[in-house]
Amino acid sequence: MIAVRDVRKSFGDFVALDNVSLEIPDGSLTSLLGPSGSGKSTLLRIIAGLEEPDQGTVEIHGDDATRVPPQRRGIGFVFQHYAAFKHMTVRDNVAFGMKIRKQPKQRVQERVDELLEVVGLAGYQQRYPNQLSGGQRQRMALARALAVEPRVLLLDEPFGALDAKVRAELREWLRRLHDEVHVTTVLVTHDQEEAMTVSDHIAVMDHGRIEQVGGPVELYDRPANPFVMSFLGPVSKVGERLVRPHDITLSLTPDDCGQQATVTRVVHLGFEVRVELEVEGEGSVSAQMTRYEAEQLELVEQDVVWVRATGRTAVPA
Amino acid sequence: MTVDRRWRITLRTVALGYLALLLVIPIGLVFYRTFEHGVMAVWDSVTTPAAISAFWLTITVTLIAVPLNTIFGVLCALALARGRFRGKPILNAIIDLPFAISPVVIGLALVLVYGRGGWLGDLPFQVIFAVPGIVLATIFVSVPFVVREVTPVLMEIGDEQEQAASTLGANRWQTFWRITLPAIRWGVAYGIVLSVARCIGEFGAVSVVSGKISGETETLTLLVEERFQNFDLAGAYAASALLALIALGTLLAMTKINPRRDDE
Amino acid sequence: MTTAALTLRRPGGRPGALGLGISTLWLSFIVLLPLAAVVVRSTDGGWDAFWDVVTSRQSIAALRFTLEVSLACTVINAVSGTLIAWVLVRDRFRGKSIVNALIDLPFALPTIVAGLTLLALYGPTSPVGINVAFTQAAVLMALLFVTLPFVIRSVQPVLIELDKEMEEAALSLGAGNRTVFLRVILPNLVPAILSGAALAFARAVGEFGSIILLSGNIPFKTQVASVFIFKQIESDNPIGAAAISVVLMAISLIVLIGIRGLGRWGARHDR
Repeated sequence: MIAVRDVRKSFGDFVALDNVSLEIPDGSLTSLLGPSGSGKSTLLRIIAGLEEPDQGTVEIHGDDATRVPPQRRGIGFVFQHYAAFKHMTVRDNVAFGMKIRKQPKQRVQERVDELLEVVGLAGYQQRYPNQLSGGQRQRMALARALAVEPRVLLLDEPFGALDAKVRAELREWLRRLHDEVHVTTVLVTHDQEEAMTVSDHIAVMDHGRIEQVGGPVELYDRPANPFVMSFLGPVSKVGERLVRPHDITLSLTPDDCGQQATVTRVVHLGFEVRVELEVEGEGSVSAQMTRYEAEQLELVEQDVVWVRATGRTAVPA
Repeated sequence: MTVDRRWRITLRTVALGYLALLLVIPIGLVFYRTFEHGVMAVWDSVTTPAAISAFWLTITVTLIAVPLNTIFGVLCALALARGRFRGKPILNAIIDLPFAISPVVIGLALVLVYGRGGWLGDLPFQVIFAVPGIVLATIFVSVPFVVREVTPVLMEIGDEQEQAASTLGANRWQTFWRITLPAIRWGVAYGIVLSVARCIGEFGAVSVVSGKISGETETLTLLVEERFQNFDLAGAYAASALLALIALGTLLAMTKINPRRDDE
Repeated sequence: MTTAALTLRRPGGRPGALGLGISTLWLSFIVLLPLAAVVVRSTDGGWDAFWDVVTSRQSIAALRFTLEVSLACTVINAVSGTLIAWVLVRDRFRGKSIVNALIDLPFALPTIVAGLTLLALYGPTSPVGINVAFTQAAVLMALLFVTLPFVIRSVQPVLIELDKEMEEAALSLGAGNRTVFLRVILPNLVPAILSGAALAFARAVGEFGSIILLSGNIPFKTQVASVFIFKQIESDNPIGAAAISVVLMAISLIVLIGIRGLGRWGARHDR
């Protein structure tokens, strides 16, 4: 288990982490999710030992690692821009950690080949990083980090520099890899879909603080505050509450419990329809429903409807 | 923007003409004049005892100055690119000083420190009018080159690879030796080539500190001047041609190394 | 705030503190100590002696000539250097890469050889009868030779990196070639030109080896400050030499700051 306790970190006047505590269970894949500036990368780097906290402690598997340099923490780190050793072949890149530890040549060779097989780069041993695509470089970086059998695998926005399709592929691939290899993994991302798809646990961060920790479903269905709710999915404000657009019902008949609104736009999104509304005295709100439901209501611009939230997921705004 | 043909030809002519008149024709003439009387005459001229001694002195001094400035240059570049401390502008300014100070003043400075009555004038060995003075002067003028070539390379490649190496277990020396040094090798090479050229070509500062004792403290550049002052024009040309050949060799090395640098 | 924006400390202690310490010691010993001696010992003979030397007629003449010819050289370089850089970047002709390589020759060639070279073609033994030896023009020529690469090498990379789209936008808006050059390209080159000019000026002011054979060092006519200082040293007056050196260094510093300031004023539009 990795335990971060009461960590504070500032850069000059900027407070990157404000009294952060977190426990990361063994063998899990945990995401640190948040917008830029939320402190998630800083937290990851403190766990790695690439930064030192101003206050607080970091424990890795029961040992106090706060002042231990990264060389000796037994971690694997994957950078957003790969940090490939440009002047070395793929083989030498992946073998680097083992060569530093003076492991026997035979073993190094075997393990490198094995890992390259696992990450889908078999046969690329003699290539140089600049001959690889972004996705391939990142897989190499992962193989390199895994080569030394780290206790913890840390990934800093690993797919941020890749295009959407490659990102989606690698995401799936990472999850499958984790299911096979079971190393405690911490992933930093600002992409909520990524975090939801891949993680066992998510720690949502904002402005240097952890807002909520939990599984994807828990965070989505039971957000602790407006920030978490709006970060993890679309929200609409109805009355004094934030609800999901899916949880809004519209009716053409006047409803005392609802609010009057005018339809401003009906957007067809394939199998779903988004209805944009102007609520009296409140402003604009979006509702989302299936095509079937929309057809039932036969909504057109300027129609007057009554809006009600069904309250499944709601947070005081 | 595409310049019309007439303008282009005009600009080209003016530019090339300027270079021809200032650079190419004079150099060509020197080579012509040098070899006018045959290669043997030139060979004899550059193999006199004075010339040979001047040659070896120049080489020796260069072989001392360049490695020292390379080591300290790399250290300095690391401090500037990777270090965090206040006073970087000051450090930068000091490194640039050898570019901004006249070589004669540099020679004078050394005399005022190591000469008779100087701050360190009572050392057990002679500095001014002896080889150590020449070495110090040569080191002074070639200080900036390696630092200036390596620092931007270090800044450009960033320290992510070095961070990655440390997460993989490498200690500082291993990281430097296996990751940083290979990454900067062309910058270092280029800096060394520039330093060598500067060391071999130094004249003003060495003029002041060496005493020009033929056979002892006369470098190749001082030899050229001496021969000229003694109306040995052919001898001056011969020694100049030698230096010019070395310069062209340096130029070639510069051209070869520079494109390699941009590839990395 | 991305990771890239945070300056990283290498973990495990202050990095390169040792390296910084050693470099500082080295630089102090090699560079600062001698220069300090010049400044401090320039007043060894007292302030009166200092002023006497510095304000002597010959000294003033030498300093004045040095400044004038260096400034002239710098201005000429600003123009010719930009022109040559333009041709090297934008034009295409056979042998261009050789010409490009030759630009660095003044960096590689010893200054004494440069002087001898110019003397061969433009001195008493000139095959074409041009003899400018012992004139002020000769000094200017020598300076132009040794400062040739500075503006060119400063402007070239900027020209290469120049955003073609800016020019295309101007052309699409109806600007003629001359306008595009004067109002789109040139303003973007000015910082590089000034930077190269500053380097050229600093070099010109202290130049010695290439001038010594060409100029004849005629006091009040073709004697530059560096030669005057040399003569003072030869006449066993190193303190006087130091005094003039201090003044020379101060003047260069002022002019350099001026050039830099000009650059900053010009760049006030840049963001």
